[in-house]
Amino acid sequence: MSVPEATSHGYAGAFRVIPAPASWDVTPNLTDYGATRASFTWEAARAGLEGLPGGGLNIAHEALDRHVAAGRGAHVAIRWLARAGDRRDFTYAELSEQANRFANVLANLGVQRGQRVFSLAGRIPELYVAALGTWKYGAVFSPLFSAFGPEPIKQRLAIGDGRVLVTTSALYARKVAGIRAELAGLAHVLVVARDGEEIPAGTLGLDGLLRAASDRFATAATMPADEATIHFTSGTTGKPKGAVHVHEAVVAHHITGSYALDLRPDDIFWCTADPGWVTGTSYGIISPLTHGLTSIVDEAEFDAEHWYQVLDRERVTVWYTAPTAIRMLMRAGADLARSYNLSSLRFAGSVGEPLNPEAVVWGTEALGLPFHDNWWQTETGGIVIANFRAVDIRPGSMGLPLPGFEVGIVDHREDGGVSVIDRPDVDGELAIRPGWPSMFRGYLGDEERYRKAFANGWYLTGDLARRDGDGYYWFVGRADDVIKSSGHLIGPFEVESALLEHVAVAEAGVIGKPDAIAGNIVKAFVSLKPGFEESDALRRELLGHARQRLGAAVAPKEIAFLPALPRTRSGKIMRRLLRAWELGLPEGDLSTLESS
Amino acid sequence: MTSDELRAAVLASLGDIAPEADLAGLADDDDLRDELDLDSMDFLNFIIGIHERTGIDVPERDYSRLGTVGAALAYLAAHAAG
Repeated sequence: MSVPEATSHGYAGAFRVIPAPASWDVTPNLTDYGATRASFTWEAARAGLEGLPGGGLNIAHEALDRHVAAGRGAHVAIRWLARAGDRRDFTYAELSEQANRFANVLANLGVQRGQRVFSLAGRIPELYVAALGTWKYGAVFSPLFSAFGPEPIKQRLAIGDGRVLVTTSALYARKVAGIRAELAGLAHVLVVARDGEEIPAGTLGLDGLLRAASDRFATAATMPADEATIHFTSGTTGKPKGAVHVHEAVVAHHITGSYALDLRPDDIFWCTADPGWVTGTSYGIISPLTHGLTSIVDEAEFDAEHWYQVLDRERVTVWYTAPTAIRMLMRAGADLARSYNLSSLRFAGSVGEPLNPEAVVWGTEALGLPFHDNWWQTETGGIVIANFRAVDIRPGSMGLPLPGFEVGIVDHREDGGVSVIDRPDVDGELAIRPGWPSMFRGYLGDEERYRKAFANGWYLTGDLARRDGDGYYWFVGRADDVIKSSGHLIGPFEVESALLEHVAVAEAGVIGKPDAIAGNIVKAFVSLKPGFEESDALRRELLGHARQRLGAAVAPKEIAFLPALPRTRSGKIMRRLLRAWELGLPEGDLSTLESS
Repeated sequence: MTSDELRAAVLASLGDIAPEADLAGLADDDDLRDELDLDSMDFLNFIIGIHERTGIDVPERDYSRLGTVGAALAYLAAHAAG
């Protein structure tokens, strides 16, 4: 179905609608949006998976063993492209055996079902084996981004009560060894050591443990509501939030992969996200494997030419990437893209932050396909709103709700509740009716925050958006002070806390400063304690201090001094005012500002 | 520019982004992203810093050719005007 091009309310964007193709070489999984949405049920979606006897459900069974039992064990599940240039294929049968070995390693170590297994590693095969083996065992998997510094790592391991950590010997030495003593609950650290690297004291070599373990394991009889995965995300205040996801989430990972990414078993799929973030797990591990396809895992960091080589040489058919990378590719120019053979590409998707309309359109020039933006977040576990292959694209819009999701725009009332805004083109908070299988089931150890995320039967996303007259959703901004940088959420409090640990810092306020490539970059404002003078040397020292504690992914990119930071009468630092100053915007209502 | 001047420009650009780093202990073939914990935005700022100091324009497609100090120096020497 095509959505009408313009109505009285309808499309007001500056970019022309990109119509869905009139005919197909490969028919999309979702061809009639309206009819599919009308007839959709989660029960029917669940029937697309196998399940375990007795009503059980386990992510690893759906991702691996189901395909092996169906005779597709020899199909390549993961094609790993090592940074050094070599590549290694893992078939479904091999990956299943490796996951079995990992599950047996957990058993041999005395790990209990339901305990938490963390990972801190780049995109190496062992990370995928650990995730799948953990689910198979019935333990809970929690990935950490390898560019985190020691402080974010320590906090997350503590909040998640991590029992096992899978990492590399290099990352262990650099980021974990120094905080190990503060993590009493962390019983086992399993390290991957490469080319003659030593196994650090206090850790066990994963390779040897895997070799010694049996390659047979009977998948734990997990139930749909059993805890499976913890993904950490950030709020405006307080500690990072550990969003709890359950095995049943796999139903959403599978069906959204089918509708929003058009995945099918003969695809070569490349999700460029790191599994340290939710996209790299939901769509970098689970969804591609439940579809039985071949997934590309590229260990190297972003590089324009290398990325086009991967798309070309591996004959990638579906590509799921992020705005920051797309904007970097745009800098390299459409000519570079056109010098490669990208003819196997059928679909290109983007997620992480709103994709600017120029970038959507640039896709048609450079790849012959528009980028299809979609929207979701850690708490939703999977894609909620998307631009589909078979539906017209309004560049700059996040698209239409997926089948199975009731989405609305709500307004906050004086009494603390919310009311639905029915009229189109009105800004409000984006909200979703609870009940989808990949919905988060709690924030670890923070019942209160979880409760506050719901009102009047809606889950409140914290994103501001509006819906146009034809039902397309448009991102407006964040409802809070959380910073979206390169598609990752960064909590200002976490950054401020690290800066306040420095002896010279009296106050710190952290904001997102708009950036043409990253969307936003983290910028910190600090005031100094008496006896300290502003200087470039001190600015650099603070920058280095923050980078050492937080890592490149979280640390500020810019630090500026202020004599004092603006505060409300209740003493809270007014990040919004800092942002207004930075952007040269009107300062708005300052009635609660402390008069100084 | 002399090779010493180019080296100084490369190290100063790195120092702006990762002031905590021990640049004296950095080997010419160390991977900069790994050794100095640079993300893609840091790397972009490194290239911009080099441009500001040397006037040499590095197109996006060549970024991967500046992954180590040694590689960056070779690239810049080959592309330095005059």
